[in-house]
Amino acid sequence: MTDHGEGSDSAGPSASAADDGSVLVASGQPMLALLNGFIAELREAGLPVSLTENLDAMEAVKHIPLEDRAAFKYALAATLVKNHAHWRSFETVFEVYFSMRGRQYALGEDADGELGNDLDDLLAEMEGASGEGDRTGAGGGGGEGMSPEELAEMLFQSLRRGDQAMMRAVARQSVRRYAGMEPGRPVGGTYYLYRTLRNLDLDGVLERLLAQAREEAPEPLTALEERLEADEFNQRVADLKQEIEAEIRRRLVADRGVDAMAKTLRKPLPEDIDFMHASRDEMKLLRQAIYPLTRKLAVRLARKRRHGRKGPLDFRNTVRHSLSYGGVPAEPKFKYPRPAKPEIMVIADISGSVAAFARFTLHLVYAISSQFSKVRAFVFIDGVDEVTRFFEGTEDIVDAIHRVNTEADVVWVDGHSDYGHAFEAFWTRWGKDIGPKTTVLILGDARNNYHASQSWVIKEMRHRARHVFWLNPEPRSYWDTGDSIVGEYATFCDGAFECRNLRQLERFVDHLV
Amino acid sequence: MSFRFDSVSEVRTRLREVDYLSDDGIAGIVYLADRLGKPILVEGPAGTGKTQLAKSVADIIGARLIRLQCYEGLDESKALYEWNYKKQLLRIQATKAEGDDASWEAIEENIFSDDFLLTRPLLEAIRATDPVVLLIDEVDRVEVETEALLLEILSDYQVSIPELGTITAKQIPLVFLTSNNTRELSEALKRRCLFLHIDYPDMEREKEIVLAKVPDITESLADQVARIVRSIRQMELKKSPSVSETLDWARTLLLLGVEKIDAEIATGTSNILLKYQTDIAKAHKEFANEGSAFRKGGPFSQQ
Repeated sequence: MTDHGEGSDSAGPSASAADDGSVLVASGQPMLALLNGFIAELREAGLPVSLTENLDAMEAVKHIPLEDRAAFKYALAATLVKNHAHWRSFETVFEVYFSMRGRQYALGEDADGELGNDLDDLLAEMEGASGEGDRTGAGGGGGEGMSPEELAEMLFQSLRRGDQAMMRAVARQSVRRYAGMEPGRPVGGTYYLYRTLRNLDLDGVLERLLAQAREEAPEPLTALEERLEADEFNQRVADLKQEIEAEIRRRLVADRGVDAMAKTLRKPLPEDIDFMHASRDEMKLLRQAIYPLTRKLAVRLARKRRHGRKGPLDFRNTVRHSLSYGGVPAEPKFKYPRPAKPEIMVIADISGSVAAFARFTLHLVYAISSQFSKVRAFVFIDGVDEVTRFFEGTEDIVDAIHRVNTEADVVWVDGHSDYGHAFEAFWTRWGKDIGPKTTVLILGDARNNYHASQSWVIKEMRHRARHVFWLNPEPRSYWDTGDSIVGEYATFCDGAFECRNLRQLERFVDHLV
Repeated sequence: MSFRFDSVSEVRTRLREVDYLSDDGIAGIVYLADRLGKPILVEGPAGTGKTQLAKSVADIIGARLIRLQCYEGLDESKALYEWNYKKQLLRIQATKAEGDDASWEAIEENIFSDDFLLTRPLLEAIRATDPVVLLIDEVDRVEVETEALLLEILSDYQVSIPELGTITAKQIPLVFLTSNNTRELSEALKRRCLFLHIDYPDMEREKEIVLAKVPDITESLADQVARIVRSIRQMELKKSPSVSETLDWARTLLLLGVEKIDAEIATGTSNILLKYQTDIAKAHKEFANEGSAFRKGGPFSQQ
């Protein structure tokens, strides 16, 4: 959670609460209008904000002064965000709307000059502390005087000490220096982030920090101590990255204005993150989101089973119970429907970008495997292999999926997707195992590299199986373009579904049971 | 209407006085709940002090804590009120025995009165004249249908009893609902509440919590405990250690007279922090590993 230190004390110096509830912020924009824009943007980002919640937020901000940035943020969050998974999206919008207004966010020279001076002070202080003191000229020009080496040293020192203020200063300076931001250039924040990080060599710094820690320790570090040190530094580096990201956002907003940037910087909710195009951080979020999701799904499905509708009259049972009432059937008994648990066979393409999707689906299916009588998993690229054994006897699904990725024998010729051959091989080896209780799930984008489709296999499968479903992680509009032949397979399936994010995946699994 | 707190920082200081270490979010939302007269829905992993928050708040404002523990199958008669029908029967029989031929209306009037009403937690909180804090614990355990019971109370602070009419709260109690998020609560419920997510504390705060809650612990041991727990929480576990487990662990280490935690002690006592065998095995492996193995991250990070 990046908290803009300066933001909290100077962004709204003239904020005043009038009796009619119209609060003014520094820019002179009435609070009401600002909040309205803010809430509209939240809705745009996918957060479900109802009218009542909107009114609550208006009420809440009357009680919390805008100057108290952190409290203000939490007040808005408490009234508007009712799901913790949406926090990240909320925070981004909040930052764009509230943290970046005011004098110090102008790109003008004073602000930067001030900042540079801060940096110089810090540098001087740092050198004083370390007793080197061999620096000659003060870098009066707003930190410009610093050489790249000095900046790198500052970076190292700030991380070593875990000094927040210093880290922020370093972040700002490095963005200024390395991101190469130009006004009006239509590039997203990720590009600038990449450019900045590339110049900072954080991995190298991390190594150095660890080496330093090793050296400073009175006795050699044990594995445990080393790990703890590394975790500490990793945390600090993560903080620094956040500072850098915030700085880039700040500059982008200053350049192009709030409304334009809100859209660009918008972060999707975890359930809306596209499997195929998730960044590394988003993958992490997805991974975190899948645990609660599986748990919720399992609870919901179990409950659905238990509280199922009552079935028809159970004559035998009623007569038996009537004995205790002297033969009067006073207490009618009903049959409880016992829906048969389906047997599931998952056949997943694990090539390239589809892999992430397959992983999440396998994860989900195995996490709720108690809802199925049997789960079997197969993976393919151009060859096919059964991977059920990796899941058996282990409680750790993550580990199992890792083994699937590394140990399964799925390459036949060249390791490029060949659905036709994979299906054919599957049919010869395991086709007979498909029975009338089996539901077959096929996961993949059906991009077949122009090989033969062998769609007769799917047709045969459908004859034998209860259902055959196809889940495709591509948007529907891309289907059957290029080498995608999902349409050909889909004609033989009971259904082909677009399954690009957790929301769609969850809906499908719910429907399946 | 008088408020219980004057500022966010006051909430924070007073919570600290009863050894509850809040952060900006927690203190801010408690303050807001007081000002807006709205319930707080507290969500987060088990053992992060959700229930304790309600208790501590009750403590600092000197209020009585009324607690409703939710479970599957909770109904009106357990949550709201119930007519004491045995007593009602007795009353009717007594009227007959006395040869009193009171009219039916009179009897009805009589037996559906306050004397025959058994109050349950929710109604009790509404009728209380002394300051109360109502805690509705683990609200995610009740069925979606039962949630509807709570709605009238949460939005209007009133209970409708057909025979008696509507009972409105004399004062608006502070209401806390806790949830472990095992299912999605209904929109209607969420809409009526302020939402507070309490996550595992960061290292600094956890250290302070340990220092505050475990008497006699040294600063350095608390620091080590907090750091190791943070590292453990970064692993892929079935169940991460909660704050209460951290405290248990710290107490154990103190009892064992440990001053410096090494890998051996950490693995030896890890069953206090971790409750699944697979998790324990994983932690052992991680801690025993030499230096760099951990930085590879989980299997998903290979992309």
